Amino acid sequence: MKTQNIMIVGVGGQGSLLASKLLGRLLLSRGYDVKVSEVHGMSQRGGSVVTYVRFGKRVCSPIIDKGEADFIVSFELLEAARWTSYLKPEGTVVVNTQQINPMPVVIGAMEYPGQLVDKMQALGVKVDAFDALSVANEAGSSRAVNIALMGRLSKYFDFSQEEWMQAIEASVPAKALELNKKAFLLGAEA
Amino acid sequence: MKRLMLGNEAVARGLYEAGCSFVSSYPGTPSTEITEYAATYGDIYAEWAPNEKVAAESAFGASLAGRRSFCGMKHVGLNVAADPLFTLTYTGVNGGMVIGVADDPGMHSSQNEQDSRHYAKASKAPMLEPADSAEALAFTKAAFELSEKFDTPVLLKMCTRVAHSQSLVEEGPRADFAPLPYKKDIAKYVMMPGNARRRHPVVEQRMADLAEYAETSPLNRWERGTEGRLGVITSSTCYQYVREVCGEDVSVLKLGMVWPLPEKMLREFCASCERVVVVEELDPFIEEHCGSLGLKVEGKNLFPLLGEISQNMVAEALGGTPHSGPAVDAQIPPRPPVMCAGCPHRGLFFTLAKLKLTVIGDIGCYTLGAVAPLNAVDSVLCMGASVSGIHGFNKASGNELAGKTVAVIGDSTFMHSGITGLVNIAYNGSASTVIIVDNSITGMTGHQQNPTTGKTLKGDPASKIDLEALCRAVGIGRVRVVDPNDLKATEAAVKEELAADEPSVIIARRPCALLKYVKHAAPLCVDREACKSCKACMRIGCPAISMVEGKAIIDATLCTGCGVCAQLCKFGALNGEDKQ
Repeated sequence: MKTQNIMIVGVGGQGSLLASKLLGRLLLSRGYDVKVSEVHGMSQRGGSVVTYVRFGKRVCSPIIDKGEADFIVSFELLEAARWTSYLKPEGTVVVNTQQINPMPVVIGAMEYPGQLVDKMQALGVKVDAFDALSVANEAGSSRAVNIALMGRLSKYFDFSQEEWMQAIEASVPAKALELNKKAFLLGAEA
Repeated sequence: MKRLMLGNEAVARGLYEAGCSFVSSYPGTPSTEITEYAATYGDIYAEWAPNEKVAAESAFGASLAGRRSFCGMKHVGLNVAADPLFTLTYTGVNGGMVIGVADDPGMHSSQNEQDSRHYAKASKAPMLEPADSAEALAFTKAAFELSEKFDTPVLLKMCTRVAHSQSLVEEGPRADFAPLPYKKDIAKYVMMPGNARRRHPVVEQRMADLAEYAETSPLNRWERGTEGRLGVITSSTCYQYVREVCGEDVSVLKLGMVWPLPEKMLREFCASCERVVVVEELDPFIEEHCGSLGLKVEGKNLFPLLGEISQNMVAEALGGTPHSGPAVDAQIPPRPPVMCAGCPHRGLFFTLAKLKLTVIGDIGCYTLGAVAPLNAVDSVLCMGASVSGIHGFNKASGNELAGKTVAVIGDSTFMHSGITGLVNIAYNGSASTVIIVDNSITGMTGHQQNPTTGKTLKGDPASKIDLEALCRAVGIGRVRVVDPNDLKATEAAVKEELAADEPSVIIARRPCALLKYVKHAAPLCVDREACKSCKACMRIGCPAISMVEGKAIIDATLCTGCGVCAQLCKFGALNGEDKQ
């Protein structure tokens, strides 16, 4: 099988590390070779963060380069637009439509660009946009955005719900388990 | 069973399996997790030292006592630990000793992108360089074997992509390492001129022996291609990019030991291929060595000296087709890291910016005081340089600028190397004002304990440094504590200490807003009628506040209710009640 590439992008602090941990567990349980590349440290402080998840028969590079991602899972709208050049021409963006202003926008030096979903669609890539923040809030916590997005992503893979649930159980703290399972299911249905 | 493991976690696993029993480190991205994971093993004593020099010397002590020891640090940390390193190669070791150093090409979280391989050559120590987590584990174990076999400290070099990538690892049992007896040996361990002169030839002979070992070491691997046209010499994460791009026709010399390099192997490899390209990040370390052997190789004519390499760059350089994807037709604003909402540093840096002070800064989250809109920091060099730097600044300007200049340093950085600078201020008498931003944790690297927090790496209670008493003990007469979220009190304290014609220390104390035990107040709300759109609240650069349709708005999911913005609002529009 050809190596599959998933990029998880968002804003530092949104919980993308947990999402990549969960995906890593899930893919490993299927016996794939897996590599997950993260960024720690200063970039995490509210900056643009990116995590690479690659799986297949044999994975060499831990990173995904321009034009290589099958999926971009974006925790924030602007971040999806920032990274589209990393998509394959036939790739898919799963994007939370939540907008978080970066500092140049906050201080009024730049504008948050409009019509980003349309502009991404105009590139010919598949855009699956939904309000993951509302889904997470419905499940019980805005912090469950990451798992709501995983629910949405699950529609594109043939893993069973049970397999996903096992990976969630292994990845989130016990007290947040029910909430996260709910967020996953709501994300998958949204 | 195979497990998915971060490179740094795999190094820690390697320490465990090698029977290592002593780890002393200072946190630094991308090296921190090695020591954090090592601390999870009951059989390993692991600690945070105040700095890398102390960590390396402590690990030396443990080696002297016959135990296998390790110290971990980031690339710039090795500058701090360079002093012991350069003589450790003379003394050699008793128990095996490994020094882990993690480079940060691309500077994801660093102030420079120096190439640590030069340290191996300069200090005459062997250096191993893994390319994924499985190798991180295996090479860590091999490093201890080499350390004892050749009686030398061994450098284990990581980089961001190996340290912070997870890949598959097979775990093994812990080796039963019996501590070696300690034997007094003045000629080996007391490095004064007479002894050191007799040790230096030992070092040179050892390097020759290691170079011979490198020729047949399993750490270096010649992957023979089906054609003799292109050969690639590479190591570390670059090997993965080369393997991603190149087919089986290309020969690859994958170096796991990057110092000393195997001369015969390099000669034979180059002779076997029509064209040889060295793929390495940062400096042309391997390339120049090949050049010194008279071998014709390419490298930095194809690849940059800066930043990280990727598979597309390898494809382009070797005549393949790099991938590309569609870019959105819009101006995408950058999203640089910022101080978190509720960060206790914000109130302080707002005050310093308001007073238009010259701020000699330091390394930590508070370096972000330099970014817009605060723009409050004038210089950031290295750990501790704020306290030493302000002394020179004030002394050289005849204290003329002292009334407008402060140094800012964090609690952990102050313990790392700020205290010696403060001793200098007191001893040599500059009327410097040093602000210790004490957020009760090592913040930037992800909440590590330090000597001021009262807890050890393993979470046990520890002696807690009394910063006020410490500053007074070195001879600072004026020491005071202020809450940086209280803007009035902070401004008054800074003005008073700047006016004083003697050294002073202000401790701006409030715990990091991300610490679990810190209770947050309810998020603030904006009274849209009271808001006069003056944007005073925007001057602090809080990510929770933005302007929508001319009025301030607060993101309740980010706001911690710290109240700094409310102190700036003349119209009382920012408060705890929901009037939206």
